[in-house]
Amino acid sequence: MTPDTFIKFGIDVLIIVIKIAVVLVIGLLHVAYATYFERKVIGHMQVRLGPMRVGPHGLLQPFADGIKLFFKEDLIPEKADKVVFYLAPVIFMASAMVNLAFIPFSHNFIIADINIGLLFIFAIAGIGVYGIFISGWASNSKYAFIGGLRSSAQVISYEIAMGFSLVGVMIMAGSLNLTEIVRAQENSIFGMYAIPQIVGFVIFVIAAVAETNRTPFDLPEAESELVAGYFVEYTGFRFALFFLGEYIAMFIMASLCTVCFLGGWTLPWYVLKVLPFLQHVPGIVWFLIKVYAFIFFYYWIRATVPRYRYDQLMSIGWKILIPVALANILVTGLVKILL
Amino acid sequence: MPSEYLPILIFIIIATAFGLGALLLGMIFRPKKPYSEKLMPYESGITPVGEPRYRFSVRFYLVAMIFLVFDVEAIFIYPWAIVFDDIGTYGFIGMVIFIIIILIGYIFDWKKESFQWD
Repeated sequence: MTPDTFIKFGIDVLIIVIKIAVVLVIGLLHVAYATYFERKVIGHMQVRLGPMRVGPHGLLQPFADGIKLFFKEDLIPEKADKVVFYLAPVIFMASAMVNLAFIPFSHNFIIADINIGLLFIFAIAGIGVYGIFISGWASNSKYAFIGGLRSSAQVISYEIAMGFSLVGVMIMAGSLNLTEIVRAQENSIFGMYAIPQIVGFVIFVIAAVAETNRTPFDLPEAESELVAGYFVEYTGFRFALFFLGEYIAMFIMASLCTVCFLGGWTLPWYVLKVLPFLQHVPGIVWFLIKVYAFIFFYYWIRATVPRYRYDQLMSIGWKILIPVALANILVTGLVKILL
Repeated sequence: MPSEYLPILIFIIIATAFGLGALLLGMIFRPKKPYSEKLMPYESGITPVGEPRYRFSVRFYLVAMIFLVFDVEAIFIYPWAIVFDDIGTYGFIGMVIFIIIILIGYIFDWKKESFQWD
């Protein structure tokens, strides 16, 4: 390697690191304020105010929580498998966080614009299951063990439904590259795939809620029976890492939904025809509006819907979502051949 | 081609370093006063009874095995979906046959009550 190419390589790496730092800071701020947003939304839905004490309208509450968790004692149960117990939250958080690299926030802002982006997201999100399972196993506690088992069975079940629900989008876009999927939607008649792929969209939304272990599918964490599920033995900052991972995973699911079904950073052409001035708004604004609408939906169903039983959860996944998703693939293919 | 994947490698390193780094940094500041009651596994305040990793339902194994089959199927469907425009009707019929074969196994699992949790 000559010095010239070496310097060029160094600059490339530096640019990548800066980009990652920007995305990381956005991601962490998102987590901080997603918790605040959640508590406020659910508070108001239950006719209370939510956090109000720290800062104006409780705006500094997330930082108070973060600082508290950072200074808490880090307990490691005597019987735990120490090394695995140490690593599990890091694996869980990192596997959620790395997925931020594949999300196209705008037409020119994406960290890794690879041609198998969608597949890579599934692959890396799959590593998160290891974090869940080994934390449940290593804790050597009954609640954590049952929670880990339930959660990993749930996540792998809904992963299939989610994978199948996106095949319709792949057929229509002819690509796994997330940027190209958005471009294909921009040029299609409907402007976003949520309209022709309504079946896939509904399946994806249900599976996304189940994948991130949120209500009404939060069986692994069922407070009333398992206390907190797989992370019951975790305290302090290790618990915070699980929390971070869960909220970043929610952000990833919302972004994936936005990119694959809601047109990413673009607006449908018919909206632009009626309101042409909207095209001057930067794409990232639309992207974030769509993502936060989806996250609001997460909170909304959390405040509205009661929890499922475990047998109901499994039969929804296996007996309804998977056959419907398979039928959706065949119908999409047939329609594409006939047109 | 490999240069496109470099950011992912760097991101993995940074994300892991963030987690481990925050934990190591926290070690300086946080208190550490363990005693035996604190270090017991949590069981709603009762002294733990028996082995925590006791026998669990065989259905979890079944789910894991069926998952493998369906996930591999999904991996076969993805490339088919990408090149759908090029392979047309011929490819579509091929996929219909493939899905029918999978469906036979799926119906078998259903009849064997692999999806029945009660």
